[in-house]
Amino acid sequence: MWRYLPVLLLLCLWEVLCLLGTVPNYVLPSPVEIMEGLGALLTTGMPPGRLLHNHILYSLYRVAWGFSIACALGIPLGLLMGWFPLFHRVLSPIVELIRPIPPLAWIPIAIVWLGIGMRSAAFIIFLGAFFPVLLSTASGVLSVSPILIDAARTLNANQKDIFLKVLVPGSLPSIFVGLRVGMGVAWMTLVAAEFSGVKEGYGLGFMIMTARDIQRPDQIVAGMLVIGVIGLIVDWLFRAWEARLRPCV
Amino acid sequence: MHLELIGLGKTFVNGAQNGEVRAISGIDLMVEQGQFVSIVGPSGCGKSTLLRIISGLEKPSDGKVLLDGREIAKPTHDVGLVFQQYALFPWRTMAENIEFGLEIMGMGKVERRAIAEKYIELFGMQGFEDRYPSQLSGGMQQRVAIARTLIMNPKLVLMDEPFGSLDSQTRNDMQEFLIDLRNERNDTVLFVTHNVDEAVFLSDRIVVLSKRPAKILRTFEVNAPHPRDRTSKDANDIRREVIGILKQERMSASPVDNAVHALRKFSAVRR
Repeated sequence: MWRYLPVLLLLCLWEVLCLLGTVPNYVLPSPVEIMEGLGALLTTGMPPGRLLHNHILYSLYRVAWGFSIACALGIPLGLLMGWFPLFHRVLSPIVELIRPIPPLAWIPIAIVWLGIGMRSAAFIIFLGAFFPVLLSTASGVLSVSPILIDAARTLNANQKDIFLKVLVPGSLPSIFVGLRVGMGVAWMTLVAAEFSGVKEGYGLGFMIMTARDIQRPDQIVAGMLVIGVIGLIVDWLFRAWEARLRPCV
Repeated sequence: MHLELIGLGKTFVNGAQNGEVRAISGIDLMVEQGQFVSIVGPSGCGKSTLLRIISGLEKPSDGKVLLDGREIAKPTHDVGLVFQQYALFPWRTMAENIEFGLEIMGMGKVERRAIAEKYIELFGMQGFEDRYPSQLSGGMQQRVAIARTLIMNPKLVLMDEPFGSLDSQTRNDMQEFLIDLRNERNDTVLFVTHNVDEAVFLSDRIVVLSKRPAKILRTFEVNAPHPRDRTSKDANDIRREVIGILKQERMSASPVDNAVHALRKFSAVRR
């Protein structure tokens, strides 16, 4: 419990500085004001009528789409890259060329291709999550000890057995690292993608931008907090899932 | 079971330097059903390469391996290989590791678990079935590796320094365990070790290899009945002789080494 003391002290200091007027509340609202802002997001909504939980659902929905596609493509391609050196050599230059382009730099062309809305947001999120998933999976396969493959071969395993029963489970820890990193990037990308416009009128990024437009810093910071907490919960769920799947290694 | 190695040789081509390394050369050996044959030799002499070839994991450059008259070209469950580093699957429990080969064969879950249980009992490992390898001691891990190989009932069991990374007490226990196991099952074993004591304690026959490229230098028959006395005079005599050969082998440099040595001396004088 003691390790939370500094956090508590910081919050108190913050509140006092705001109360004394040292920090004007249009620059940084006080913790209490932020909590009130959060309450307003939950009850009144921002813009009014659009409640927080709907923003969250839309955002999660976009992430789920982009992230699922990133996994559906990244994991199989990563496994192939790790398993077939030729495939690795062919794909690597392409990956290295595209990977350094920030996902957000794709927004304009994504809008040209897919229009503003669900599909372009999912595409941007996909780009953010795809490369961590792909590269972690490939390196996971490469990290499987060759001696385990030899052991499987002496026990009569054919190529398919080796792939399914040695390489896939052997690269699972690395795949999970890729999923967690990919999910983190996806979540970060999401909010930025929503800044640049959403057709549906829902989404955490959209909510924050609306709060900025009507000068509500308390709700901006409350929105930021919500984003952070959800990111934390998602990462925690992934780790719990991993622990269940691999109880010991 | 009848194993025959005929003129077995292996040359590794080093792609980067365009060089060749001759690992083993002209090995002829016969092993009959139920024999326990140890192979000892200086470290790095190609003992492991020899086992990898016999198991079918590696292809020989010359000669061939015949098991019951048929050439071994790829790994088969007729030849089991126990690795020094255990090579257990870390994501599988002990029982799942032991069942691996049966699972590959397509045997049902209940059936293969019943067979695995017999081995777990024979190996004195009850109660640890659901532990993962990282939760087992070194000795237990190696027993799991041996069980995983023996459950396939291979005609020939190859062991590549299986007790090399165990402490000496565990190593002695494992040697005795292996003797008991063999009395029970009459497996044919080809056992690679660099530990002469171990070879003398376990084997019917000891094959001494030279340094690279490995050739057979000498063969010893050990006829003492089991359980053997590690400190008996006969055991000591063989040990002394084998150690003597190995020491000589280490001291005598190969022609290449001599040439390098001479060259170094020469350039040192000129400088």
